[in-house]
Amino acid sequence: MAAVTTSTERSLNKLAIVGVLIVTMIFLAPIYWIASTAFKPRNLATTIPPTVLFQPEISPFVKLFTKRSQLRTAPTPEQYAAAPWWERLVFDGGEKVVRSGRGEVQWSGYPNRFMNSLIVAITSTVLAVGMGTFTAYGFSRFKIKGEQDLLFFILSTRMLPPVVVAIPMFLMYRVVGLNDTHWGLIILYTAFNLSFSVWLMKGFMDEIPKEYEEAALVDGYTRMEAFFKIVLPEAATGIAATAVFCFITAWNEYAFALIMTNRRAQTAPPFIPSQVGSGLSDWTVIAAGTFLFLLPVAIFTFLLRNHLLRGMSFGAIRK
Amino acid sequence: MTQIELRGVQKYFGAVQVIKDLNLKIDDNEFIVLLGQSGCGKTTTLRAIAGLETIDGGDVLIDGKPVQHLKAADRDIAMVFQSFSLYPHMSVYENIAFPLRAMRKSKAEIDGEVRSVAKVLQITELLGKKPSALSGGDMQRVAIGRALVRRPKAMLMDEPIGALDAKLREEMRAEIKRLHIKQGSTTIYVTHDQIEAMSLADRIVIMHEGVLQQVGSPSEVYTHPANLFVAQFVGSPVMNVANAAVTMNGSGARVTVDGAAEGFLFPAELVGQLDAANVGQDRLALGIRPEAVMVSREAADGYLPVEAHIIEPLGSYDIVDLKVGAQMLRARTRSGFVGKPGVQVFAKLDPAQAHFFDTTSGNSLGVRL
Repeated sequence: MAAVTTSTERSLNKLAIVGVLIVTMIFLAPIYWIASTAFKPRNLATTIPPTVLFQPEISPFVKLFTKRSQLRTAPTPEQYAAAPWWERLVFDGGEKVVRSGRGEVQWSGYPNRFMNSLIVAITSTVLAVGMGTFTAYGFSRFKIKGEQDLLFFILSTRMLPPVVVAIPMFLMYRVVGLNDTHWGLIILYTAFNLSFSVWLMKGFMDEIPKEYEEAALVDGYTRMEAFFKIVLPEAATGIAATAVFCFITAWNEYAFALIMTNRRAQTAPPFIPSQVGSGLSDWTVIAAGTFLFLLPVAIFTFLLRNHLLRGMSFGAIRK
Repeated sequence: MTQIELRGVQKYFGAVQVIKDLNLKIDDNEFIVLLGQSGCGKTTTLRAIAGLETIDGGDVLIDGKPVQHLKAADRDIAMVFQSFSLYPHMSVYENIAFPLRAMRKSKAEIDGEVRSVAKVLQITELLGKKPSALSGGDMQRVAIGRALVRRPKAMLMDEPIGALDAKLREEMRAEIKRLHIKQGSTTIYVTHDQIEAMSLADRIVIMHEGVLQQVGSPSEVYTHPANLFVAQFVGSPVMNVANAAVTMNGSGARVTVDGAAEGFLFPAELVGQLDAANVGQDRLALGIRPEAVMVSREAADGYLPVEAHIIEPLGSYDIVDLKVGAQMLRARTRSGFVGKPGVQVFAKLDPAQAHFFDTTSGNSLGVRL
């Protein structure tokens, strides 16, 4: 029977679409706010009502990457003419770029923090997903004494709110010298993500029929070879989905990064808000930092979106 | 030349013994079918030979050498799984080449062997495809190709066509037989389908609850079942089994089925053979296949009057349930031979095809008339 759409159903559909659009806009509004502020001149950043139409400029990004100081006097026309185009943007904002004695531009703390974030998030994701995959494979394929208890124990490490262990962790890290080091944060984030990774990967591993490996074993391969040649390619979807979740957790983590690091290994999340109060608060620079900080997760998630969508339902449904 | 031998093989899953003291010798080039209900231990036996399952006692010998401590990879045996188990991320070509890569063969050698196997199985045009794009029959051909390509010592097949539909199963059965005749490798085939077993096997091995029941050629197993289990498992429709009493009556013996007023006429030697078997009357069961129950529409010498109950028309023949005493005997007749349920017809049993069993042990008494 052909579906008959009545006029009430049609108007209800339209209403639903409008509803979805409104919800989407509510969710996208903060992202738009940050993205637009990142391209605004400073004087338009905090206007009431907010400025929606403006001439976008990249001065916030120049300021974000350089060390600056307030200008006491306006630059001379010669100084202004001699400056490269990006330095003029800083002059226009009433500031100047700090240079070393040899005239080299001094970088702000942001690029380093951003790099630290990448190093810590990528390494801890690789470790958590790697170890999680092996552990999940073991639990999925072999009879292990007390398997359920062990799995519950692994899960139980997530039951404690992480922040309650912050002080003991800080003291322990100080003793072993892991404070303010990349490895300190990497170990911490790997430990956070591992239980999640094991559980998620176990679901995926259980879905991969045992016969695939058995066929490979009979075909003349060792179990290790069968794992790498057969199981890993089959688990790609699960690995991608798990990696996205682990990466997001490590990338966004704030509390431990704030407590455990201060300079050398500090990641972007505790750095960005610390800039609010340094000198005068230039919201455009903070927005620029936040905007750049959003990009890696957005790109990573976008690249793996197909796996991610499949990954959400895969493992959840018994075939 | 590959011989496989199982000597006193034992296997436990926890407290449950799934293989009980299994002894079996398989000759070179032989096609052996392990037949039994699900859970009878046939697949476990196959997996134990393949090296996918450890055994708790006994020996598995390939060409006289114990292999139970060897890994699956080192036994040089190929296996075809019920689920086909083609690697989904590899093309058909890669799937077939996969075992050769484990042998570290050169690219040219691999290519030659993959193509020659594909030719034999008529799947050359599928080589570039992914398994997900294949039909069930083609998947199974590829799975068989992957097993054959290495020229293994033996082929193990675990219900390889169980997942296919009836028509395709028949086709693949013929193809497997053709391949075995052509390639001639020692093959062990597991199935629960007795028709598959009968049509493929050189010898059938029937298992029940982990215990080997009978080993023999399809006709041996069919005509001389070793016990009640084999008698009722092999053959379709199922053999009639009824408690019976044997009495001497003049020149012949009479076999009276439980609750019947009159007995069927049998040759007098029956009594002597039963006496030799030394089984009490209360432990005696008669087994007779539907085709050995002869039906007549008119009264005739040696025929007893019986009432026809249900008639199942199966096209080329009918199965008619005849009420004999308290029992139903199923008879196979020409189609349309018995007009309608409820009519009286006359029945006789073929003594040459009758079996007698000890109901306590279930064993055949070996009566041959």
